Amino acid sequence: MATQSYDWAAIAKNPKFIELHHRKQRFLFGWWIFSTVYYFLLPIGAAYATDLFKIKVIGVINFGYAFALSQFFVSWGLAHYYAHVANKDFDRLTRELVSELAK
Amino acid sequence: MKRLQLFLMTACLLALPSLAMAAEIKANKTITISMFLVIIGITLSVVIWAAKRTKTAADFYAAGGGITGTQNGWAIAGDYMSAASFLGISGMISLYGYDGFMYSVGWLVAYITVLLIVAEPCRNAGKYTLGDILSFRTQPKPVRAVAAISTVAVSTFYLTAQMVGAGKLMALLVGIPYTMSIVGVGILMIGYVVFGGMTATTWVQIIKAGLLVSGALLLSVLVGAKAGFNPIQFFSDIVNSPNIQDHVSKLLLKDGITMTGEAAGQRFLEPALFMKAPLDQISLGMALVLGTAGMPHILMRFFTVPTAQAARKSVIIAMWIIGGFYVLTTLLGFGAAIHVTPQGITAVDKGGNMATLLLAQQLGADISPIVGDIFLAFLCSVAFATILAVVSGLVLAASAAIAHDIYVNVIKEGHADQHEQVMAARITSLVVGAMGIVIGIAAEKQNVAHLVALAFAVASSGNLPVVVLSLFWRRFNTAGVICGLVVGTIASIGLVMVSPNMTYPQKIADGAKKTIAALEKKQAELPAGTVLVEKDAKALDQAKKDLAANEGGTSMMGLKEPLFGLKNPGIVSIPIGFLAAIFGALAFREKRAEDMFDEIYVRQNTGIGMAKAIDH
Repeated sequence: MATQSYDWAAIAKNPKFIELHHRKQRFLFGWWIFSTVYYFLLPIGAAYATDLFKIKVIGVINFGYAFALSQFFVSWGLAHYYAHVANKDFDRLTRELVSELAK
Repeated sequence: MKRLQLFLMTACLLALPSLAMAAEIKANKTITISMFLVIIGITLSVVIWAAKRTKTAADFYAAGGGITGTQNGWAIAGDYMSAASFLGISGMISLYGYDGFMYSVGWLVAYITVLLIVAEPCRNAGKYTLGDILSFRTQPKPVRAVAAISTVAVSTFYLTAQMVGAGKLMALLVGIPYTMSIVGVGILMIGYVVFGGMTATTWVQIIKAGLLVSGALLLSVLVGAKAGFNPIQFFSDIVNSPNIQDHVSKLLLKDGITMTGEAAGQRFLEPALFMKAPLDQISLGMALVLGTAGMPHILMRFFTVPTAQAARKSVIIAMWIIGGFYVLTTLLGFGAAIHVTPQGITAVDKGGNMATLLLAQQLGADISPIVGDIFLAFLCSVAFATILAVVSGLVLAASAAIAHDIYVNVIKEGHADQHEQVMAARITSLVVGAMGIVIGIAAEKQNVAHLVALAFAVASSGNLPVVVLSLFWRRFNTAGVICGLVVGTIASIGLVMVSPNMTYPQKIADGAKKTIAALEKKQAELPAGTVLVEKDAKALDQAKKDLAANEGGTSMMGLKEPLFGLKNPGIVSIPIGFLAAIFGALAFREKRAEDMFDEIYVRQNTGIGMAKAIDH
């Protein structure tokens, strides 16, 4: 393995890195909070919004069931959205940063 | 089947006197054992192949970084889904409907935290263990030592629960005696890890995930066919099942609510038949969502892939497998409720753990009796493979902490050649595995259910805060890691020790008193000269014995009743863990750790200067 030393403080101040870190931080923590809030609505709703959870949506399937099922699709959807953004933006910025450093 | 009969007798004695004759589940021994042997054969050939490729420490702990994203995704699913989630959740759905389904959701949502917060940074900044990440910019010796202790604690709690579960399951299903099951599972697990390291463990987990998914798919198709593949029909079948209606009526009657017919059937699809303590639910949710990302055996999986992109891909694949499996679990759980009936399920196991297996047997037997036997045997071997995959991952994680963190980096201060490192890892795995067998046998009669809650509590309150703060907070340092890990872990263990999870003899005595009163009343009402039927007489004797043995007794902690009301301590212990880590770091500032933040932060975000797992 080639050992190469980096000036980490300098990279941390590189505008490309700052852009990457701002974008990532906003995306990651923002969506993490969204997913966590969405998830906790389930046990909280099951306990305190029983009338809402009882409402029948399709046939005998009620809102509570549909909401629990939606958790799966929201999680999968978010995972793919993240992969999309990461592949498109975060990886591109990282590549640009790395090639700039190699110069 | 002696053990099962004994178990059922006790269950009957404790249950309502009107409970129907106990049924039992009996797998065809020849078919089941043959399938076990096939699994053992396949996995052992994998081990032989893997052993040849395991030459360096990187090979042993991280499969040389040569696992692809897709493979790792399957392995994560295989590592994560234990027999408890495979059998327990569908069982919970089959007996309590909606609550079981709601419970399964947290196990998937947990992976959002893994995906967004820990997977890629850990791949970029870590090497083999939790200790590697935490000691990056801190004083390595104390941090590695504490991280290793916490890893061993989490893994041991989880391993003990798995081993005891494995022994009981094998005894119940196939009639292999408890001790023999534990020794058998233990020897296989040691074999996989000692000889094949991470490569073999990964493939055992991939094989298991494949088996689990095929079993669940096959069974779901059979359940779906019964409702003509019409989801609306399927849910109407639940609501209209007289057996489910009757079961729900009885459950509600315990709370003094009368509800019958379709209303009771509909109630099965609504919350709070089982989970009546919302705060406990939320607390459990917190431990799941944050604890999964702090589980050493899950974190370790991200060191096996070459890049952050592969780590990302592996979490997404794992999320499809895990989530898809839990959605199918709904079909299996509700399917078991419709076709096997809650009464039929509780007659075999009061906890409902046998629901999926009974369903497989019954739906298979509808085609032909031999198909039922084969199907049941197949699911038993899925359970068997599940146990092997999960325990191997745990042994590997615990061994890595001891051999890599404590032996190589603390005792030898990093001066150990590849040969010595691999030897240390192998010997440690052997010892950890052997300890697992001994603990498993010793804990046969212990209540181990709380150990899983405990593992998640420690992972979420001890490990996760310090991992996140190490990666994202400049001021974080040695004191912060140690404070966070020690306080988070002690808080979790302490709260569980005084929680309702423990056995409180006084409560058993109070229950026995009630039984005695009821039976003595029954006796008094009988015409003079007649005695209680044998079953009631036995129950009375047992209750008297229980009363004598437990009256005035206290729990392990010397308590008459729980001090802390929740079974899951997360809601209290997680904030304690975070606060301890933050205060520790602020109280003892450390310039070097702050100066090195740029390095870990750039590395974890970009992968620049990544420690290649391939150390050739």
